[in-house]
Amino acid sequence: MSDERTTARRAGEGDILAELEAEVAHELEEQRPPAGGPTYQVVAALVTLAVGLVGAVLAQGYGLGSLSRPGPGLWPMVVSVVIVVLSLALLLVGRGLDDSERFSRASVLPLVGVATFIALAFLIPTLGFELPALGLCVVWLRFLGGESWRSTIVVSLGTVAAFYALFLYGLRIPLPHLF
Amino acid sequence: MDAFLDGFSVVTQPGNLLYCLIGVLIGMLIGVLPGLGPAATMAILLPIVVTVDPVAAVIMLAGIYYGAQYGGTITSVLLRLPGEASSVVTVFDGFALAKQGKAGTALGIAAVGSFVGATVSIVALSLTAPIVAGWALDFGPAEYAALALLGVLLIATIGSGHPVKALIAASIGLLLATVGRDSFNNSQRFTFDSLQLADGLDFVVVAMGLFGVGEILYNLEERHGKVHVPAAVANIWPSRKELKQATPAIGRGSLIGFFLGVLPGGGAVMASLAAYATEKRVSKTPERFGRGAIEGVAAPETANNAAATSSFIPLLTLGIPANASMGMLFAALLVLGITPGPQLLEERPDLFWGVVNSMYIGNLLLLVLSLPLVGIFVRILRVRPAILAPITALITILGVYTINNSVFDIFVMIAFGILGYLMKKVGFEPGPMVLAFVLGALLENNVRRALLIFEGDPTGFVTRPISGTILALFLVAAVFPVVQAVRRRRAATTVPDETTQREDVLR
Repeated sequence: MSDERTTARRAGEGDILAELEAEVAHELEEQRPPAGGPTYQVVAALVTLAVGLVGAVLAQGYGLGSLSRPGPGLWPMVVSVVIVVLSLALLLVGRGLDDSERFSRASVLPLVGVATFIALAFLIPTLGFELPALGLCVVWLRFLGGESWRSTIVVSLGTVAAFYALFLYGLRIPLPHLF
Repeated sequence: MDAFLDGFSVVTQPGNLLYCLIGVLIGMLIGVLPGLGPAATMAILLPIVVTVDPVAAVIMLAGIYYGAQYGGTITSVLLRLPGEASSVVTVFDGFALAKQGKAGTALGIAAVGSFVGATVSIVALSLTAPIVAGWALDFGPAEYAALALLGVLLIATIGSGHPVKALIAASIGLLLATVGRDSFNNSQRFTFDSLQLADGLDFVVVAMGLFGVGEILYNLEERHGKVHVPAAVANIWPSRKELKQATPAIGRGSLIGFFLGVLPGGGAVMASLAAYATEKRVSKTPERFGRGAIEGVAAPETANNAAATSSFIPLLTLGIPANASMGMLFAALLVLGITPGPQLLEERPDLFWGVVNSMYIGNLLLLVLSLPLVGIFVRILRVRPAILAPITALITILGVYTINNSVFDIFVMIAFGILGYLMKKVGFEPGPMVLAFVLGALLENNVRRALLIFEGDPTGFVTRPISGTILALFLVAAVFPVVQAVRRRRAATTVPDETTQREDVLR
């Protein structure tokens, strides 16, 4: 009996870490949206494959040189070939992976977020940072975060004022500003 | 020795002490809040931090990193919600203890363990780092190329995520590093005739995009809106019996953490897992684990702090960042005009010892602060993530703009932010890409320099003893995961037998 137990325990020893990893993965999974499925994996692998192929073609154009006199294209070529090989491997083995996340209606939120980032990039040089920053706060708090108007206004004004003080007075970093 | 003591006088300058304190407080804060990790926080704050004195900046960034390890514990124990990945295993026993009304004990043991683990690790770092740095001074291009290659591989395969995907991400990072003027003959690569790209992509901008903006966008979609009721915290001082019970676990955790932390890609997450697994293995009563074993909290929390500390070794002695957060520190040093590497210790002893010794003080601050401040941090948890989101968004945009006063940088950052978000959606970790990007120029330059020295004979890499050994390690590291995957697959097919066997044993 004791013999059986030690062998069973020994067999199990290497697995404790693997078991633990699975448990941790499960623990984290509860907070994650549903997996995306094979299409996501295939598309991702095709994109990286394309990156590798384009990289290889461009690298060829830069001149490979020789091993004793490496040209500017040699290293990018090596890296691009590695990307192509790995992407092909991913196409083969990756179909069944469940580490992607499906895009859902909530994915519109990051899209709006990106739009505000871009708007800020365009507006800061011409308008100064205060008003665009205020706008970003309002959009993020009220529309992306679902805060009440009251807390939106309080937090937005407070944030912009704090940034004004921090950058222009605290750190003395010149930011384009209106006031 | 003198330099070591001078380091303390550097840290105890009031300004540096203040930045150390700010660093560890920010670290604890983001450790408590789910969402932004230490690497993302360091990325976001980088442009602001580098406007202060270099030593203070690095001390503060380091503080953010190890402070986050303390903060992550609090939410794991009280809410069953790990603030940091390295605190996930703490959830099992920590939350079980909290349910038994022993949340305070768990937090107390974790704080003590964290402090001991970190301190053991700093002492070991203080002793070994000068030796490693001295040894590495003899490294030539071949050795550096081999070391960087090993670093990239380990970062990709040991870290979380699918290894093939991580390697693809790392390779693309290497390719991105070649954008701009070729340093050997000034020809343009991947610039598409853009003047702004001629100088290459700015590492800080790329990292802020992939880590910072990518994570902010990702968090916008993920709802953290659930309301959690934290467990009550009563007595935070563990009893003598509990301390005695946890002592061996803390000792083993310190050692495991130190050694795993040195490995590129290893770091805190793996150390906490390995330490927990070890405790369960050596325990005479493994069934207590998961039901509130004090060792189950002590071991991983000790190990993750020890690992967080020892992961500074490869960066400070070899100039190779071991994980994403160290990558950000690497970036900060570069921005400040300091090249991390074996020469750092000789050229900037004030910085080297200032940073190392700030960790003694920082951990002491954390030990003293973490327990009394638990109540405040619990209250901070009630601040809705929606309120913090626009603040972090603004810090990134304004911060990146101030680096070069360039709107182009904002757009580059946004582009990499979108990339980072999409990568996360399809299961690619941005970490390996950023780290490979950091090491890319180093790797390419040294490979090419070595090839020139070897007159085009690539066997030179293998026949030189040190680079040959490193490349042999590289092979082992590359083959090992494949072997393991095959074994696991084989094991998976025999799983049904195994479980019945276990039931037999239990009976």
